[in-house]
Amino acid sequence: MSPSNALKQKLVSQQDRIANSKTNAIIRTRFDKVSSEISDSSNTLSGKTILVKDNIAIKGELLTCASNLLESYKSPYSATVIDRLESQGALITGQTNMDEFAMGSSNETSFFGNVQSPIDKNLVPGGSSGGSASALASNLTPVTIGTDTGGSIRQPASFTGTVGLKPTYGSCSRYGIVAFASSLDQAGPMAKNVKDCALLHEVMSSYDLKDSTSIDFKRNNYSELLTNNIKGKKIGIPKEYRADGMPKEIEDLWIKGIEYIKECGAEVIDISLPHTSYALPAYYIVAPAEASSNLARYDGVKYGFRSEGENLIDMYERTRSEGFGNEVKRRIMIGTYVLSSGYYDAYYLKAQKVRKLIKNDFDEAYKKVDAILTPSTPSSAFKIGEKTNDPVSMYLNDIFTVPVNLAGLPGISIPAGLDNKGYPLGLQIIGKAFDEQNLLNIAYAMEEKINFKNNIKEWWIK
Amino acid sequence: MSKTTGEYLITREKNIYEVVIGLEIHAQVLSNSKLFSSSPTKFGAEPNTQVSLVDAAFPGMLPVINEYCIKQAVKTGIGLKAKINNKSVFDRKNYFYADLPQGYQISQYKHPIVGEGTVILDMSYGQREIGIERLHLEQDAGKSIHDLDPQSTFVDLNRSGVALMEIVSKPDLRSLDEVNAYIKKLRSIMRYLETCDGNMQEGSLRADVNVSVRKKHTEKLGTRCEIKNVNSIKFMQMAIDYEANRQVDLIEDGKKIDQETRLFDTKKNETRSMRSKEDAHDYRYFPDPDLLPLEIKNDFIEKIKSEIPELPDEKKKRFIDKFNLSPYEANILVSDKETSEYFEKVIKNSDVKLSTNWITGELFALLNENDLGIAQSPISAENLSKLIRGVIVLKTTLMSRNI
Repeated sequence: MSPSNALKQKLVSQQDRIANSKTNAIIRTRFDKVSSEISDSSNTLSGKTILVKDNIAIKGELLTCASNLLESYKSPYSATVIDRLESQGALITGQTNMDEFAMGSSNETSFFGNVQSPIDKNLVPGGSSGGSASALASNLTPVTIGTDTGGSIRQPASFTGTVGLKPTYGSCSRYGIVAFASSLDQAGPMAKNVKDCALLHEVMSSYDLKDSTSIDFKRNNYSELLTNNIKGKKIGIPKEYRADGMPKEIEDLWIKGIEYIKECGAEVIDISLPHTSYALPAYYIVAPAEASSNLARYDGVKYGFRSEGENLIDMYERTRSEGFGNEVKRRIMIGTYVLSSGYYDAYYLKAQKVRKLIKNDFDEAYKKVDAILTPSTPSSAFKIGEKTNDPVSMYLNDIFTVPVNLAGLPGISIPAGLDNKGYPLGLQIIGKAFDEQNLLNIAYAMEEKINFKNNIKEWWIK
Repeated sequence: MSKTTGEYLITREKNIYEVVIGLEIHAQVLSNSKLFSSSPTKFGAEPNTQVSLVDAAFPGMLPVINEYCIKQAVKTGIGLKAKINNKSVFDRKNYFYADLPQGYQISQYKHPIVGEGTVILDMSYGQREIGIERLHLEQDAGKSIHDLDPQSTFVDLNRSGVALMEIVSKPDLRSLDEVNAYIKKLRSIMRYLETCDGNMQEGSLRADVNVSVRKKHTEKLGTRCEIKNVNSIKFMQMAIDYEANRQVDLIEDGKKIDQETRLFDTKKNETRSMRSKEDAHDYRYFPDPDLLPLEIKNDFIEKIKSEIPELPDEKKKRFIDKFNLSPYEANILVSDKETSEYFEKVIKNSDVKLSTNWITGELFALLNENDLGIAQSPISAENLSKLIRGVIVLKTTLMSRNI
């Protein structure tokens, strides 16, 4: 059988599995289009199928951000990361479900309905890249692309027993990625293992003149340089991440992680990140503030959903009231409030100062260590509907991941164990800026020791 | 108005009021492409033909600064003898309008690219120094067209994202004549520098006027009102006249002046309040996270400085010193770049005094009659020069024959 025939069969089988899946992880597929793109070329990702989150622009495809407001909007151009993946032969076979405009930690705010975890149909897959994580965990795709503003790659990876990398801010171009909070957003790979993550990241990451916040630094062939030899590396354990009321299972997992680190020959060092407890409140000021401005363009004038009104203001009000879901509206209102005159200094400006302090904490710590190990989330996946009426408890899910975005650092979540209900738990490794190689190496070494098995056969999806 | 001091005074029974004026000039940067996109900026193109995905704020699009526009702003700053700031910041000014696709305008709020400077005005009563508060870069909005259809408004985004320099003066202007002279001077400087074509009809120079009044011989500035978008010098003068008198009347009646934005109605010849306090804009300025702070190195500034042509003030000084012109003559000849170039071409081969008279007399009269600028003069500088030489020869010949 010729390579392209084998690939066609593979595509048919993937299409079949997606059609039969019940998790609502994928909003739409594009098998017709990729079938015509098949060639016998041998690039890094030739013949590899990828699903991408529906907030990343693909030329000629719908780009909905899982929002009513963009339900019928087609992008006239492709994101830089998409161009890079396609230029290496990747076949983008579909677009995954997500929280509306990437705002959420459970994939329950999608206009297209919530996503279920393959582990249990009553369980959330995490969010906002919940569709990408769920699809990955249920074997609908070998790899996916997500975006991470406060933990949206790492938290769903943790909830589904998969690997998710949030690269250094400025590593992957934001051109063509629908902005939620511009100073925090990064796209990144999600995969079943660290090596695939490394490979995908090496293709995605590039210096891009079309994104003024893109950074020109030396990028590696991360997958080729990947090594499990992390002997002598110093790994910091921040005491402030021992959150009050942290479940014992999470504490135990962390301790287990520390043991693995030692077994790998790395050195464990206690460190302090004193401003950690201010990260979440600062994040929930900065991110909504930027979002309130970024989402102003969805006004019914140029593209997307419009609800006609008596006059311009009336049209705006109807369009945005009907077009956005509650969580998006909540964040727009918070963001508008914190930027308002008279409140700017007390909220936005203060949050930016806190952000600087958090960055300083990491800078201090990295004088002593090469990377930092923490739990990815304060709990395992929760039940669908469990937190929908309590936004603050939902926001608390991001407690370990947001400091990484605020400081612009790379972070990865790797599956590290199961809780007593059999739900996956993840460990987060935080790296130095632009040091994805060390981060991936540490994750790779730990992955080998942990030897985590996603027992997919027992999952409800089958 | 007192012509000797230049003050615009309004007298009411016992009180004499002084009018204080400051201008915010929006000057369109001369550049081939927009401030944050590569779309062309040509005036008069078919609607919506010069619009990129950035200008129309498509999802996922990002602004990328146009270095040429930065250069133009720095150049203008140098022309205004102003401080160039090594670090400036682009902010988002948030408001909703149909011709503002992003839902915010990228502007500079707290940290403009250019700081304080000066513009010198030559008035009949002597020189006046007008302070420049700042110059900042910002995006223009698109254009809403309300009169094409009774039901709908049309939007043309050709102008959306075009670079503007907002040049804010200090409240140093004291009369309509000074306002007129200030705008002409600013326009002249920018035309010398080729940073703005200064064309008011095409909207490449627009102004907001701040007007306040105070009793003469008092220091404290009165409450000011901003009059938006008065787009010709004539309307500007009418608007200031109306507004100053309105404010004086309020004070005389013992009423309070509200600090507010007002619109000049060219049909009724009056200003009126644009919006009430309840719906006053809160622009929620914050630094644009899509753009890094703009850092300008000193050698970049120095390089631009070295490329600055001779500006009107310096040229005037040279004309007076070198050619023995009167300040009045020199002023006329340097007021725009083309005239000064024409003059210098003519005098290459002919008498300075005679040339000055011919240009400011006969030629200007003919051009005015035919509504032409000097650039369109049917008589070239070379030909005028020949003519003047001919006149000299003729005069000499006639004199030598004692006729």
